[in-house]
Amino acid sequence: MNRFARLSQLLSPLVAVAAAFLVGGLVVTAIGENPFRIYAILFRGAFGSIDAIGLVLFNAVPLIFAGLAVAFAFRAGLFNIGGEGQLYVGAFVCTLAGLALGGLPAVLLIPLLILASAAGGAVWAAVPGLLKARFGVHEVINTIMMNFIAVGLTSYFIINMLREPGQMTPQTSEIALAGHLPRLAGPLSRIGIPLPQANPLNFSLVLALAAVWLAWYILYRTNLGYEIRAVGMNSQAAEYAGINVRRTIVLAMLLSGAFAGLVATNEVMGFRHRFLDNFSSGLGFMGIAVALLGKNTPLGVLLAALLFGVLNTGALEVDIFTDVPRELILVLQAITIILVVVGNEVFARRAAAREGRAAGVPLPATEPSREA
Amino acid sequence: MSERHAVQMRGITKRYPRALANDRVDLDVEEGEIHAIVGENGAGKSTIMKVLYGLTPPDGGEILLWGRELSGHRPADAIREGVGMVHQHFMLVDTLTVAENVVLGAEPVRGCCLFDAAASRERVRQLSSEYGLSLDPDELIENLSVGLEQRVEIVKVLYRGAKILILDEPTGVLTPQEVRELFVILRALRDAGRTIIFITHKLEEVLELADRITVMRDGRVAGVVSAAATTKEELARIMVGRDVLLRVTKEQARLGEPVLQVSRLSAVGRKGSHVLEGIDLEVRSGEVLGVAGVQGNGQTELVEVITGLRKASAGSVTVSGRETTNRSPRQVRDLGVAHIPEDRQARGLVLGFTMAENLVLGRHHREPFSSRGLLSLGDIRTHAERLIEEHDLRPRDPDVDAGHLSGGNQQKLIVAREFDGGPALLVASQPTRGVDIGAIEFVHTSLLKMRDQGAAILLISAELTEIMTLSDRIAVMYGGKIVAEFEGGRVGEEELGVAMTGGAGPTARGSVSSDGAPGSRHATGAR
Repeated sequence: MNRFARLSQLLSPLVAVAAAFLVGGLVVTAIGENPFRIYAILFRGAFGSIDAIGLVLFNAVPLIFAGLAVAFAFRAGLFNIGGEGQLYVGAFVCTLAGLALGGLPAVLLIPLLILASAAGGAVWAAVPGLLKARFGVHEVINTIMMNFIAVGLTSYFIINMLREPGQMTPQTSEIALAGHLPRLAGPLSRIGIPLPQANPLNFSLVLALAAVWLAWYILYRTNLGYEIRAVGMNSQAAEYAGINVRRTIVLAMLLSGAFAGLVATNEVMGFRHRFLDNFSSGLGFMGIAVALLGKNTPLGVLLAALLFGVLNTGALEVDIFTDVPRELILVLQAITIILVVVGNEVFARRAAAREGRAAGVPLPATEPSREA
Repeated sequence: MSERHAVQMRGITKRYPRALANDRVDLDVEEGEIHAIVGENGAGKSTIMKVLYGLTPPDGGEILLWGRELSGHRPADAIREGVGMVHQHFMLVDTLTVAENVVLGAEPVRGCCLFDAAASRERVRQLSSEYGLSLDPDELIENLSVGLEQRVEIVKVLYRGAKILILDEPTGVLTPQEVRELFVILRALRDAGRTIIFITHKLEEVLELADRITVMRDGRVAGVVSAAATTKEELARIMVGRDVLLRVTKEQARLGEPVLQVSRLSAVGRKGSHVLEGIDLEVRSGEVLGVAGVQGNGQTELVEVITGLRKASAGSVTVSGRETTNRSPRQVRDLGVAHIPEDRQARGLVLGFTMAENLVLGRHHREPFSSRGLLSLGDIRTHAERLIEEHDLRPRDPDVDAGHLSGGNQQKLIVAREFDGGPALLVASQPTRGVDIGAIEFVHTSLLKMRDQGAAILLISAELTEIMTLSDRIAVMYGGKIVAEFEGGRVGEEELGVAMTGGAGPTARGSVSSDGAPGSRHATGAR
C-alpha cells in the first residue's frame, strides 16, 4: 500500500549521502585536489586497519547516544536541541560520583555511574520538559538556554573548585579505577581480533548498542512508547484517547535526556576517566544531524552515527596526508544533512502528489474524499 | 435556457497511482443552467472540477469552453476564459474588509500605483446589490457569519468576471436558512445568464436547485438526468449502484435508567465568555437524545466537557450515577463512555498509526491490549482483524497507516472502535459528516442497534434530517444554552430551524431563552 513511501524512506538517505560525496568531490576539485585521491585516503583512514575501524566505532559511540536523544524526543513531537547541555551534566554528575564513591567495588560502581550519567542528563532535560508541559513554552528555546547554563556551570566548577591539584588543564582528577569501563582491546584479541591495546574503544559501545535496542523497545513495545508516538503525531487525538499529554511530554524529555547523559559512559568512564572542560565540542549538536540522517529511528541513528564515525576518523588522515583541510568533512556532513532534509521534502511531495493532494496540507475534515 | 454549451469536457482521464480518478469523463454544461455534479466520496467529482479549473492537468481528453478549446491547463487560463471557483474552504483574510478581500490580487489602481479603495468599495456594492447579496463592503471578514463569508467568495469570483461559477460543496457549513438564501442567489445568477456548476452529495439540494444532474460513480459518469424527471431514490441508486435505504426505521425506544445526567453545566471560553450556560440534559439507557443547533453554539464545548476534554466552570456531569465533572478523559472513558469526535482527523485518529494501533486508541492501556506496561501486539492484531472483518473496513490490512484510508473508512474505523466493548454512553458528534450515502446508512443502523442494546446515545449533528430520523428526543442549542426541547417525531424541520437561530420554540422545560447569544459568531450573522 505505502510501499513507495517506505522505500523512499530507506532510499533518500542513501541517495543524499551519494550526492553529498559528489558535491564534496566538486569542492575538492575546486581547491585543486583530486577527489578520488582524497576519498581513497579518507576511506583508508577509516577502514585501513583494525585500529582504524576501532576508532570509527569509538567516534560513533557518543553520536549514537546523542542521536538517540534527539530521535527519541522527536517521536514525542519535541525538538531536543539540548543534548549538549544534557551530556555535560550527565558527565559532570558521573564524574562527581566517580570521585566520591571510590570505595565501592566495580560491580557496584560501574552500574551506579551509568545511572548517574543518565540521571544527570534526564534532570537537565526534564526542566524544559516541565516548562513545556506546564506553561507551553517551546522546548527549543529552553533546551538551548539550558545548554549555555550547563556549559557555563560545569566550566565554573571544574576551573574553580574541582580542578586537579597542581594542573593547569581545566580538568578534574581521575575517577576511581573501579569506575573505569574496560577497553575492548583485551576481550577482542582473545577472540582473534587484534585491536591494539592503545585503541580507546571500550564497553560503552555495548551500552550504545543496548541503548539503540532499548529506545526501539520502549517506542514500539511498551504502553509508554505508544503514548509517546501518539502525542508526537497528534496530541489532540492522544488527549481524546485519555493519554496524559503533559506527563508523556515530561517522560519523553526525561528519557531523551538520559540517552544524552549516557555519552558520559564513553567520554568519562571509558576514555578520559575525568571531566575535561569543554570536552564535547558539539557532540550534542552532531546528534541532531545524526537523528535527521537516521530518520529519527533507533536503527537509523545507529547507521548514521557509524557513517559520521567513518567521516570523522577518515578526516584525520585527510588532514595529515593532504592539503585538504579536515573541515572538508564538516562540509560533507553538512551537505549530506541538507540533501537528506531536502530529499525528505521532495519525496513527501511526490508521495502526496501521487495520492492526488497537495503536500503538507492536511486533509480537511469536511471533505475526507481523497478523490483518487 | 440556451442550447449553447458553456462547458464541454470530452473523455477526461486522470490517473493517480492507486486509482483512476476520472475515466473518460464527458461533461456537458449548457449556458445559463445550474448543473449539479453528485457522487460519493472518491467518485471523481472534485477531480473533474480541478481539471476544469486548471488545478490538475488531465492525462487525456479535451476541454471546450463555448466551443473553443481551452488553451493551457493552469487556473490563470481558466480564469481568463471566465471560469471561477468558490472553494469549500474559504480563502479570506480575516482582518481585512469585504471590499479589500474581494479585490485582493486584482486591486483597482489609481494613478501609477495607489490602491483605489473607493473604486473597490463601489464595485463590491454594485455586485452585491445586483444579485441581492446584502454585503457591506466595509465590514471586516471576522465579523461575518459563515454564510456571508461564502457570499464574499462568490463576489470575489464575480469581480474577476466569471461567467461559469464552480461551487464545491457550498452548503456543508450553512444553516437551513442560509442554504435557502444561497439558492435564491444562485438562481438570480443563473437568471442573469451565468452558468453554475454545483458539487454536492446532498440529494435534496440537487433536486431543489439543479436543472440537470451529472451523477458520477467510481471515476465515471454513471448517468445524466434532468432534475425534474428524477427522484431521490433514483439518484441514490445511480450514485451507489444499488438500492439504498435513505431513511432508517426505528422501533419505539425502551427506556432504562438515566446514564448521562448533566445539570446546570457552564463552561468558559478562551476569551472569558460563557460558551456553555446552565445546561441541563439527561440521556437514559436505550434512548437517543439529539442535539440540534447551528455550528458554534456550544455543541462542541458540551461534548468536550462531557468527555473530559474541557473543564466545566460550574454544574455537574454524572455517568451511570458516578460524578465525572472535570475528570480526566481517561477516567471518563474507563466509565464506559465512547466518543465519536466531530473532527475525526484532528481528534479521532493518529494518521501515522496503523489501523491496528488506531483500533485500540483509548483502550491501549487496558487488558488485553497491554499488561504491566507492555503492549500485547498479538491481541492488538487479533482485535484489529476482528473489527476489520465485522465492519468491512478497507483495506483489509491491519498494518496500513490510517492516513491511507479513504474518508469513509476512517470514519468507519472510529465507529468500529467506539462501538466495540459495549459502551454505556456513546457521544456521537457529527457521525456522518462527509461520509458516503452507503456508509451513512451503516452508521445510522449501527447507532440504533446500540440504542436497542441499551446504550445511551447523545447525538450531535448539524444535519437536521439525521437528528430527526434518529432521535427519541431533540434538544436545540443556541448561544451556549438549551433553548428548546422536543419529542422526536413531533417536530418539523421548520420549527427546529427557528429554534436553532434563537427564535422561540415550544419547550419541555418552560423556559425559553432566546436572549443573549454570547460569542456566537455564526448565529449573529444568520438573519
